[in-house]
Amino acid sequence: MKLPTWFHKLGSPPHFYRLATLLTPWFYVPAVLLLLAGTYGGLVLAPADYQQGDGFRIIYVHVPSAYLSTMVYGVMAVASAIGLIWRMKLAHSVAAAAAPIGAWFTFLALVTGAIWGKPMWGTYWEWDPRLTSELILLFIYLGYISLRGAFDDRDKADRACAVLALVGVVNLPIIHYSVIWWSSIHQGPTIKKLDAPSITGDMLWPLLVMILAYTLIFAALLLQRVRAEVLDRERNARWVLDIMGAPAQGN
Amino acid sequence: MVTVVSAILRRDLELGFRRWGDVASPLMFFAIVTALFPLALSPAREVLQGLGPGVLWIAALLAMLLSLNALFRQDLEDGSMEQLVVGPHPLPLIMLAKALAHWLLSGLPLVLLAPLLAVTYHLPAEGVRALCVTLLLGTPTLSLLGSVGAALTAGVRQSGGLLALLILPLCLPVLMFGSRATALAAEGEVVTGPLYLLGALLALAVTLVPATSSAAIRISLD
Repeated sequence: MKLPTWFHKLGSPPHFYRLATLLTPWFYVPAVLLLLAGTYGGLVLAPADYQQGDGFRIIYVHVPSAYLSTMVYGVMAVASAIGLIWRMKLAHSVAAAAAPIGAWFTFLALVTGAIWGKPMWGTYWEWDPRLTSELILLFIYLGYISLRGAFDDRDKADRACAVLALVGVVNLPIIHYSVIWWSSIHQGPTIKKLDAPSITGDMLWPLLVMILAYTLIFAALLLQRVRAEVLDRERNARWVLDIMGAPAQGN
Repeated sequence: MVTVVSAILRRDLELGFRRWGDVASPLMFFAIVTALFPLALSPAREVLQGLGPGVLWIAALLAMLLSLNALFRQDLEDGSMEQLVVGPHPLPLIMLAKALAHWLLSGLPLVLLAPLLAVTYHLPAEGVRALCVTLLLGTPTLSLLGSVGAALTAGVRQSGGLLALLILPLCLPVLMFGSRATALAAEGEVVTGPLYLLGALLALAVTLVPATSSAAIRISLD
């Protein structure tokens, strides 16, 4: 398969480092603005729910975290596949950098879900398909991070973790369809791609804004983490020493 | 191809029989763990009947996990795994044979011991039969999934806890369908549905696992 030049260029650490340094603020600034707008819209402008009252407002942090918990895994799996197939080291750095972010989003989704569940379902936790599969996703993230930590050889860790990330992909459709396949206490999807959303516009737009804001935050965090990862991996390379202004040494 | 598979099977089984302790320890673990629950919770008949399917399945799963650590260790230490990898025979087939040997040594004995333990949990005959059938369908899947984890962690120093963390999330569907089917059968329900699903999982594992575990063992070797 013939790959375009920009794709190859993306795989070069110094090139990527410069690009990421340039792009990071362009993700952070809109993310913070959207976060403020979405928070104001969700907490002040959106009307109270006729059933759940003001309690439903936690949706504005819960849904974006839950969405990102699976989205980040998708990014990680795609990066792992690229790393395995085209042996692109940078893709492995992306996967390595994404894993802790994904684990935190999964944790956030579980915690905000538990806080939401107490007043609405009367329980913090229920052994329900969606909750359980989300918990398993957290364990897969933790397994991935532990496996990476267990290797001394970084190259080996990259490839072993990539295989694990691809094996773990089987969990994603289970999470997504768990609400539809099994009778679940968790409510069905609010936003559908091909259908009219089952939510009023006043409540919907802050949610969409929040999802976008979270996605941008993820992109910014990912770029920042990949930059750190690249610097760490290439710490003996000439270009890193040049950036750091350090004299070359056999370290 | 058949000669490769049978040669590996014969070798692994012979090695297994020479080290009786390794074969027997998962079995003893299985028996002891199942004996803990009546002592810790309650020996009452109805409590045990309710717990039985889940406890027996969890104990079997943990017993399988216990024997996985050693799956490739000796082969890696004495260099025979490297010979198999550089050899002319397809590696996925070799990995499949290794998983089969592992199942014959540690899965099948569990299936044979399970009815005896099920009777101590006062499971009715229907439940005992379902337990054996689900274990027969489920434990090979566990062996196969475990071989991926064992291959991934083969080059890692302390792999015991890590292996459990990697493998258990993937084993959950097998555990769920297996124990649920056993519990349903014990209540006199029809369990063809979960049995079909267990069979489907096994078919899926036989198809996908050999390629994955051979990729993993290649990574661990170089």
